[in-house]
Amino acid sequence: MEVAPSMLQAMIVRTADRIAARCEELCALDWAIGDGDHGTNMKRGWNAVGATAADIAAMPTGDALSAIGRTLVMTVGGASGPLYGSFFLAAGAAVKQGLRLPEDLVDVFAAGVQSVGARGRSRAGEKTMLDVLVPVLDTLRAGMGQPGLTAKVKGVARTSAELTAAMVATKGRAAYLGPRSVGHVDPGARSSCLIVEAICDCLEGRA
Amino acid sequence: MSGNVGIVIVSHSFDVAKGAADMVRHMVGEEVRVAFCGGNAEGGLGTDVSLILNAIGSIWSPKGLAIMVDLGGAETNSEMAVEMLPVEKRSSVVICNAPIVEGAVMAAAEAAGGGSLERVRAAAEELSAR
Repeated sequence: MEVAPSMLQAMIVRTADRIAARCEELCALDWAIGDGDHGTNMKRGWNAVGATAADIAAMPTGDALSAIGRTLVMTVGGASGPLYGSFFLAAGAAVKQGLRLPEDLVDVFAAGVQSVGARGRSRAGEKTMLDVLVPVLDTLRAGMGQPGLTAKVKGVARTSAELTAAMVATKGRAAYLGPRSVGHVDPGARSSCLIVEAICDCLEGRA
Repeated sequence: MSGNVGIVIVSHSFDVAKGAADMVRHMVGEEVRVAFCGGNAEGGLGTDVSLILNAIGSIWSPKGLAIMVDLGGAETNSEMAVEMLPVEKRSSVVICNAPIVEGAVMAAAEAAGGGSLERVRAAAEELSAR
């Protein structure tokens, strides 16, 4: 089974809108512990994805995910381009390898998460987007097929992003600050949360 | 000379990248091909995979290319750019763990002498040895 083009397009548009709406918030988080461009970089990238949403959504799901990844790689700039790009490229490749949706969603998402870890040479606990993506993956894995999963996933994503405030950054630009990075939510964790929320909203029929 | 290893400089800043490239040219003249890129699509600070791919393509050498980077995103985006090259070209490009200006000059000096890609990389990375 493929993801319906109308659903995929809704997910892309909602994600692009959400990222654009929170551009300033993401930049403010990044100013605190980085170079302040995460919001504008993400907005640029998702604007580019959103502008071709109809074309991307018309593709087979695996190709569509790969197309999102390629667009993010080429347009985001900053380290988050290759990181988010790798997520979608790997997820797209996983679908193309014969995995099925929604049955194999966990494996597709896991391929994306694994790719982000490899690209950033990072793991959960280092104050990065992985601190949202890994708990979301764990929640998906534990709760597939159960009622209320999207609400649970959104809750985990929000809580996990908040929890990065207590972490010391050891990867990315924030690592230069070391202990001074404590007290600030990681911008990549926050943007990951926004994307997860947007996709869950669509699955809940709020597109 | 395309017979030597080429140097690609990737900075978050166009001015830093251009300045580093100027220094390399001053040191080694035309013996080594140098390409540089810096900044994002809007002309602000940042790095951009498509600009990095253009820089790589502009001085492609069968003997290889050594990429010099500054902060994290430059390295991540350079890695991504290398992975987007055709498979047969990927092993001919290395990203050096070296200070961008000094690394570029040391690498270019080695390249100008006809050094292999491994030797060029080693020359740059000697600066990072602890």
